[in-house]
Amino acid sequence: MKILAIDTSTLVMGVAILEEKRVLGELITNSHKKHSIRLMPAMAQLFEELELTLEDIDLLAVTKGPGSYTGIRIGVTTAKTLSWAHQIPLYGISTLAVLAENGFHFNGWIVPLLDARRERVYVGIYQREVEQLRAIYSPQIMTITKLLDILKKQEKPVLFLGDDCERYAEQIKMHLSNQAKFGTLAENIPKPSQLGYLAWGKLQQKEAPETEQFAPDYLQLTQAEVNWLKQHNHGGKHEN
Amino acid sequence: MKKPIVLGIETSCDETSAAVVSGGTHLLSNVVSSQVKLHQRFGGVVPEVASRKHVERITWIIQEALDQAKVSLKELDAIAVTKGPGLVGALLIGISAAKALSFATGIPLVPVHHIAGHVYANHLIKPLPFPLVALVVSGGHTELLFMEKHNRFERLGKTMDDAAGEAFDKVARLMGLPYPGGPEIDRLAKKGEPIYDLPRAWLEPGSLHFSFSGLKSAVIQFLQQMKSQKKEVDQHHLASSFQTAVVDVLIEKSINAVRKTGVQHLLLAGGVSANRQLRQQLTERCRKENITLQIPPPELCTDNAAMIAAAGTYQYLDGHFADLTLNADPNYEMNQRVE
Ligand SMILES: [Zn+2]
Repeated sequence: MKILAIDTSTLVMGVAILEEKRVLGELITNSHKKHSIRLMPAMAQLFEELELTLEDIDLLAVTKGPGSYTGIRIGVTTAKTLSWAHQIPLYGISTLAVLAENGFHFNGWIVPLLDARRERVYVGIYQREVEQLRAIYSPQIMTITKLLDILKKQEKPVLFLGDDCERYAEQIKMHLSNQAKFGTLAENIPKPSQLGYLAWGKLQQKEAPETEQFAPDYLQLTQAEVNWLKQHNHGGKHEN
Repeated sequence: MKKPIVLGIETSCDETSAAVVSGGTHLLSNVVSSQVKLHQRFGGVVPEVASRKHVERITWIIQEALDQAKVSLKELDAIAVTKGPGLVGALLIGISAAKALSFATGIPLVPVHHIAGHVYANHLIKPLPFPLVALVVSGGHTELLFMEKHNRFERLGKTMDDAAGEAFDKVARLMGLPYPGGPEIDRLAKKGEPIYDLPRAWLEPGSLHFSFSGLKSAVIQFLQQMKSQKKEVDQHHLASSFQTAVVDVLIEKSINAVRKTGVQHLLLAGGVSANRQLRQQLTERCRKENITLQIPPPELCTDNAAMIAAAGTYQYLDGHFADLTLNADPNYEMNQRVE
């Protein structure tokens, strides 16, 4: 049982191949360079170095968002097409769930976070339960202020994960002082191997794989849709 | 030699499309999922909304194209995909799918210029009669091209500002008509006469380039004038006056291009070639001038993958392939792909 995992949802581009619970190989970059150009050659290189082909793959995993809209779509479209062409089951997994795995051994709340601009973040809150992480707050978008209020009330130690945390570090420390911990450099990057591992878990749980309709989870409507709803909501619910 | 069977993929704007073409001429399937309804409420194509829809549909559309053609993946000789021009985020969906499919199957990848595709839509009806001049008019482009043989495009003229179809959409919006504006204006113009005086931009004498933004400004001015004089604007006459101004320029410059190059054949292509007045008047004019005119049926005028597969077939035969680093190029220049 071999798993191919693809992540292009953030600045990080990652491809991994796993043999059940063993990582055979993993390629990660964390740079602005275009995922659209580099993803397929990276994947081809990994296959070549491991002397494998797509024929050897039994399971596919891809990050379905949140993250860069274009980035997510490159990964999802690629994974969907590979899945369809070779009839390989595919699981889409939240980028935040993948990032949370880097804090697996932390006793407290694990808070993977991506910047969503305008003082908002894509965030989930996770906690270890026996052998896996459970989402206490599923991936969503909220203001950093609201997030810090939620965390402050719980009075539990909190581990922030993700490169974007640095942007809010001062604010976090001010609000949570000693309650807040931060991931190490390596822990701040989503790992495609973790993604593959989570997909493997879904297969063990006999979860239904994605269908042809599979689409990213952007966690946000497009700006055009938001504006349209504002204009057409006569009740004024969206006014404030 | 066996006729190559080519899968085409097109996602450059708001149509998700896949098609299978045999031998560059024989259409086996052409599946087009239009998003027009989705964008209507926004009054135009919203790139992010278009890209989101493409991802949802792409795999199903490819499957459907193969099913309808009764062709299996293994039987394909090439995968042709639109590289540009177009909306970058939208193009990337087709390209990501095409690259993944090429990697999964080992079938070669062929990058196609979207406007070359529009010209090759004609090839699916009747082989392209070289040498020829083609007028490609749509919401995104207005170009006059010269073709001596397959895969060789020389640009004679292009728009300096708005594309013809874009002018239709903008003027339709000024007139309070729904999106897309082209068919609406065409419908109104049928019952009107070109009695309002609107300018035609000929540019410098002999120029084969186009400009439509001045015409749009003239319509704005005209509407303001009528309003300040408290005069009623006849929508039918305004539609007819505007449409005639566009069509006059398109026809005159096309005939001019045919004369200049000394060819016998003119091709019309792109979404605006569905316009009734343009089709009729250009047909009449070409008859008078002894020029043969080819116009594809409406379903091949708008964006579709069959035209991409047809154009891609000749690049495949020429050995013009792309590797897995293929990227979208929203400003893809035509001459970049010649040679
Ligand atoms: Zn087009």
